[in-house]
Formats: sequence, structure tokens, C-alpha cells
Amino acid sequence: MRADVAVIGAGPAGLAAAIAAKENGAQNVVVIDRDSLTGGILRQCIHNGFGLHIFGEELTGPEYAARFAGQAQEAGITLMMETMVLAITEDRVITAVGKNVGMVTLQADAIVLAMGCRERSRGALMIPGQRPSGVLTAGTAQRFVNIEGYMPGKEVVILGSGDIGLIMARRMTLEGAHVKMVLELMPYSGGLTRNIVQCLNDFDIPLKLSHTVTAIHGDGRLDGVSVAEVDANLKPIADTEQYVACDTLLLSVGLIPENELSRGMGVAIDPATGGPSVDSNMQTSVAGVFACGNTLQVHDLVDFVTEEARRAGAAAAQYQPQTAKSVGAKVGEGLRYVVPQRLVRDGSDKALFFRVTDTHKNCVTKAVCGGKVIAKKKRVRCAPGEMETLTVKDSDITGDVTVSVEEA
Amino acid sequence: MKYDVAIIGAGVTGSMIARELSMFDVRVCVIEAASDVAAGASRANSGIVHAGYDAKPGSLKAKFNVRGNAMMTQAAADLEVPFDNCGSLVVGFDEDDDASLAVLADHARQNGVDVELIGRERILKMEPMFSPEVRSALYAPTAGIICPFSLTIAAMENAAGNGVDVYFDSPVTAISRECDMYALSAGDRCINARYVINAAGMFADEVSRMAGAEKFEMRPRKGQYVIFDTAMPAKVRNVIFGAPSKKGKGVLFAPTVYGNMLAGPTAEDINDKEDKKTTRSGIGAVLAGASRYVPSIEARYAITTFAGLRSVPSTGDFIIGASRIVPNFINVAGIESPGLTSAPAIAEHIVGILQEIGLSDKRDENAVRTRKAIEVFSEATDERKKELIAMDSRYANVVCRCEYVTEAEIVQSINRPCGARTVDGVKFRTGAGMGRCHGGFCLPRVMDILARERGCDYDEVTKSGAGSYILSGKTKEVRS
Repeated sequence: MRADVAVIGAGPAGLAAAIAAKENGAQNVVVIDRDSLTGGILRQCIHNGFGLHIFGEELTGPEYAARFAGQAQEAGITLMMETMVLAITEDRVITAVGKNVGMVTLQADAIVLAMGCRERSRGALMIPGQRPSGVLTAGTAQRFVNIEGYMPGKEVVILGSGDIGLIMARRMTLEGAHVKMVLELMPYSGGLTRNIVQCLNDFDIPLKLSHTVTAIHGDGRLDGVSVAEVDANLKPIADTEQYVACDTLLLSVGLIPENELSRGMGVAIDPATGGPSVDSNMQTSVAGVFACGNTLQVHDLVDFVTEEARRAGAAAAQYQPQTAKSVGAKVGEGLRYVVPQRLVRDGSDKALFFRVTDTHKNCVTKAVCGGKVIAKKKRVRCAPGEMETLTVKDSDITGDVTVSVEEA
Repeated sequence: MKYDVAIIGAGVTGSMIARELSMFDVRVCVIEAASDVAAGASRANSGIVHAGYDAKPGSLKAKFNVRGNAMMTQAAADLEVPFDNCGSLVVGFDEDDDASLAVLADHARQNGVDVELIGRERILKMEPMFSPEVRSALYAPTAGIICPFSLTIAAMENAAGNGVDVYFDSPVTAISRECDMYALSAGDRCINARYVINAAGMFADEVSRMAGAEKFEMRPRKGQYVIFDTAMPAKVRNVIFGAPSKKGKGVLFAPTVYGNMLAGPTAEDINDKEDKKTTRSGIGAVLAGASRYVPSIEARYAITTFAGLRSVPSTGDFIIGASRIVPNFINVAGIESPGLTSAPAIAEHIVGILQEIGLSDKRDENAVRTRKAIEVFSEATDERKKELIAMDSRYANVVCRCEYVTEAEIVQSINRPCGARTVDGVKFRTGAGMGRCHGGFCLPRVMDILARERGCDYDEVTKSGAGSYILSGKTKEVRS
């Protein structure tokens, strides 16, 4: 088999990239996904709040995904569902297996990586104690409740205030469970402000900042957790430890871009994002291979995923071995990362996405090139849980661009 | 239910004995309190095949360790269990350590184990990541690593395939004797047997007392471990032990057969026979101990921690042999380290004892000594992958995306003799859920397959048996 553009993943990123590829001239566009239906993780995100930027209205996850699935179908994109990609070579040969296709290889002129992300699990946290059932990630709980129709438990503690944890605090409450508290290790939440208001405050669920779980108790099933406040170095303070009875501990402690395939084909990964290092056309270090969505960087809003994926899909359709020069987009004061990591001097404006390392009030984010401020934005509030953006003009770029945040 | 032999305990010792007995024309059953094999010490240990220099010369530990080490290559080959004869180093950092290494070298000589005392330069050549502070080491080329639960699962599959019955969720609560037969109350069944083997691990003392046999005690000693991601650059090729000193033996740092590194165990004498809690201080001690050998170890590469309990016998040595108090009752107790290594030799020895005291030694013509492992799709060549998919299209359905475990492998793990009955059972047989996402993705899918193959409801699937339910019920009854 062959394709002009092959997209790995039929979630929001993959579908938007495939549609954009088609719109930009690619004839034969193939999307490969291991699930039986398109939409990726949005299928289980049945809450609303999606699409405000792209469609100007509030949609649920499945509704948002359905709009793109419909467009993909109309555009004549080939969907290879229930098909798992095992490996991709540097020269863009994809090996996949699926019940309907057996084992296949596909040569693609360009590839868009859109595999999404996975949740950090208990193992990575090394929470001491026993290993009962009833400890699961918020996303797994979301699948049980929203797709399978089962409850993972009744008395719930949530560790981590990432968006999925906040959404699940509300969801579990609406389903009749008792969510006792949400614990956050950091002195600020990792989730969107609107989710804290709508999912915790509106349901009187306490958010305990600077708190963590220090032990897990239970033989067969979880019967409680030890909870403690942490000090400035994030170490538990012994005399604040208390026992909280619960049968369920949901973990919402971070998302990790899924990049096993990318690594396998030699794509350079930015340790700060956990995703590929890309240029302003979303091209990775491997020629003809592009990346977008949560594979590239963990997003807060699917609307931004869609925009990023459209850029990746369009660039993949127009891919030619590159000659244009590029400069670096550098991480300056107060930032954790900047995406894209390289800016191609091709005449187009560049959108820069970045996250701050700490919370700020009344601050300025800015991009500096050759000692000159080429873009800046006043921000009343900045937090690591909310992605920031700046746009720079190609004509202002004379060398590396450094992005930073400072007090106003 | 009448048997010639009932084995209490489905750990590595009980399973290897069951396998050995299954070669003969006798009726054998295994009675296990937990929901799967290898539920106790056989699941959570270092996975080391010891060379045999550590055990005191003349002890049962020394005898079975040396013989077990010699038998392990064949056992692993017959059972298709991953085994790596990687060698071990007991390392020393000062003059006192040199002295204790010399003692071990002397034990090795008396036990007939091949070892070599080597210096810093050679150690650093063998282990480039090692701390340059190291001074000397005892190198044992015959030491190795094996996956302890895979060995146990394989042995019991082999035994069950040869006709051994295995009863899970059946804790033995009473043992009586009538008309030359033992009657065992096990869960809700009563099992009769002419001979009883007590391989009950941590609870072997209680089982021995129940039968009116020897009185001894099993004292739990907790060991905590850390497993590191395969991506961690800090690696060693040999199993690394610290030289025994006044402060104890220290932790070991070793590769696993799956390419991860393992550090541990602590040695904490406790009272509770079920306390498998890991603790912050214990894990800290393990990390610090292993970092002494390889300073570049990083805690952030830790992917999981666990604790296991060794059953330390009050007698100081393995308790192996026919009871002198009651007839036809054989204790196989206190099988702490080097118990895993010793298991094949203990099994051979126990069969010998049984036949001496009257068990038939007529071979079962149909019994086999080999067991085929589940073919791992992700490790097959592309050609083989195509063949597998052609044979069974479920090989094309990848269920665990981290370890690339397919539906076909999971179905086999459930439907084999003594197959998986729980999510953990599938995990330990196939690796599904052992990867970097710890089952976050595949858990609902594995549950689906278990429910289908076992013919139970989705919400009846458990993590590891009774009490470990995963779902508390349906959301609403509108979904039909």
C-alpha cells in the first residue's frame, strides 16, 4: 500500500490533520487507528466546553469529534480502524496489524504523528503502601463510567488537580459517588480555572493544595489513604498526616505524550515537552514526518489541538525536502518549554505555544529577537496549567527568538 | 475427592513438586489459599538463581542450592521460561569486606561452587557503570536470573497439563486423619489424600500444627524492591551483592530477564504475615543501597515498587522431610533464599521421599516434562507475525499498547490448564498491564476478554481474587 499522507491516530488531532492534508492537495490520505471508532479520547469526554474557539459554541467531546469525522468522510479520507501501527521506518514505511487487514506495510510520502498521550500512573509516583484494587487513573475511570457504564467505586479521593481529575470529580458526584477531596501536591492547581469553579466549587468538593497521598491501604480492595500536607520542598510534613477512608483513589497527576513510535524511528524528543522537537510547520527531526496534538505537547483545549493539527496536515500535504533556513525558538526566563522549537523562514507568521513554570499575577509574556521585543502580551494571571501563546511576524525574525515571562 | 498426594501451596516449591509428581501414575492435587499460583514469596522476590557459595556448608540450603543451580538450565529450557546465566559479583569496598569475601570463597570451595576473587580493574571492566570506590569482588559465573512467577506458572501449567488438579481460593483450615487417609478442609471442599506435602510458605507452621506434625515457626521478613524502567542508563550485567558485614548483607542490584534493573530487598523482621506494605524509608534505603554500587542510578526511572515476605524458619535452615510424628506428612517449609534456586532439587528430593514411603513409582506414559510458552507476538519476526495472524486473527488485535500484547495471547493465558482467572493473572502470564501505563489503557479491554472467556459478568472480574473487585456496580440501568 501507499499514501500521500498517512496519519497515525484518529483522534481530534489526526482527523483535523487528515482533512487539512486533503484540502491542501494530498490525494490519497490514510488515517490509521487502533480503536473501532474515530474520535480518540473525546469519545469518553461527554462533558461540554469543547469548540468555543473553533465553532463559537459549546459542544461535548463526542459532538466535537463527530463534526470532524463527518468532514473526513465527505473528503474521502481512507480510515483504517482497529489497526495498530507496530513500527515506522525513517523512510516512512509503516508496519501495522489489524483484524481486518492482517499485517500490512504502507509507504507514505509524508506522515503525521497524532497518537495522543497517556496518563502518568501510580508506578511513577512511588506512593508507598499496599497494592489493592480501586487505584486507577482518572481517564480509566472516565472510560468505565462514560463508555462501559460502570462505577469504579463510591467513596472517592482524587490525587492531582489535572483537568481529567476535576472533570471526574464532578462526573462521579453526578453518578452518586461521594468525592471527599481533591489533593494537589503543588501550591496551585494543574487544571483550568473554569474546571475548578464548575467541577469542584459548584459541588462543594474541597481542593487541598500542597497535599499528597503518603500511603495506600487495603488488602483486596482499597480501604483508605494517608494524606499529608507538604512543605516548600514538596516533602510530606509528618504531623499533618491523617487517614481518609475511601474505596477509590483516582490519579490525575499528569499526561505524557505517547511517542514510542516516534522514538523507534529516530525522531528527536524535547525532554521539556516529552514530544517531538518540531519546526513551525510541525515537522520533526525526521524529514517528512510531522507531529501535532497531545503527541507533540499536552494541550488544555482541543480547539488548539485542531489548529495545530491543521498546520501539520497542510504542511504534510505540501511536503518537499526542505531548503528554507530556520532559527531556534528558545526557552527564556520563567518558561518550561516553547513549541515549535524551530522557526522556518518561509514568510508566514509563527504562533508560539508555551507554558510558564510558576504562577504569576500581572505579568508580561514576550518574544525577543536580536535584543528587540518582537511580540508581547500583558497577562493578569499566568499558571503552568494554562497554555500561553504569542504570534511573531516572519519579517521580525533575524535570528533565534527567546520567549520569557516577567513581572509587569 | 480422593488423591494419592495433596500439596498445600502453589508457590514455586509446591508447583515444582506437583510437576515432578505429575510424571508418575498417581493422583495429585494442589490446594492454594489465594486465587493464583505464586501469590506469596514466589511472586515478590529477587529472581536470582544463586551459585551456592552463600549457604553454610553442610546445610540443606547449601545442598539444594548447588543441585538446584545445576538443574535450572534444563528446567528453564523444558518449561520455556526466560533464564539468563549472567553471573554474580559480591562486591567489597574495604579491608573488612575482603575478609568476608574470603569466607564466602571458602564456603564456595566446600560447597563445590566455582568462584573467583577479582580486583577493582577487572570489576570495572565487567561493569563499566560501577562505582570506582569498589575494591574487590567474588565472581560466580554460574549465578543467574530467572523470572520467579513465570517459572511457577510454567511448572503448574505443566503439572495441570499432566492431570494434576489445582484448587484455588481454598485455604486449608483443618487436617484430620481417618483410615490411613488425610482429610483436608480447604475452603468449601473436603479433600482426601494418602500423602500430604506442606508447602504452605509463610503459613507452613500453622499447617504443620494442624496436622499434629512438627512445631516450628515461620517468621516474616519483609523485603522491599524498586524496579527501574528499561530506559535507565545505569545498568549492570551481573547480579551485584554487597559483601556481608556487621550491618548486614546490603541490597542487591540486578538485571531482570525483561531488561529492567531491580534493586532490593530490605530485610525487616516483622510480625504480621500479610504486611506487604512498601514504605518511604524502605524504598529510600533500597535506592541508597543500590546507588553505592552504581552511583548514576536515578529514582525518577523507578517504574514500580513492591514488597515480599520471606518465611524465615525458626530452625535456621530449610525444613524438608517426612514428619517423625505423623505418618505420610512431609514438610517443605522455611524455603527462604535460596529457595527459588533450590526448587527443582527440592522437588526431585520430595518425590524420592514419597516413593521410599510407599508412593507408586510407576511412570505415567502420557506425561510430558515440557511446556510451551505462549508465543510472544511482539518478539516474532514479521514472517512469523503473518503466520500467527493467518492462524488466529486475534493476533492482529493488540490489546496492551505498551507491551504489544495481543488478544490471542490473552485468550491463551486464560484458557490454558491452570489459566488466568484475574486481571493480575493475565498480567503475570502475558505482560499486559506491566508496561509504562500500568494497565490504564488495557484494563477495561482485558476485563472484557476475561468476562467473555470465563463466562462471567464484566463487573465480576477482579484484580487478584476475592475482595479485589474493580467495579462497584452499573452507573444506571438505562444502558442495556
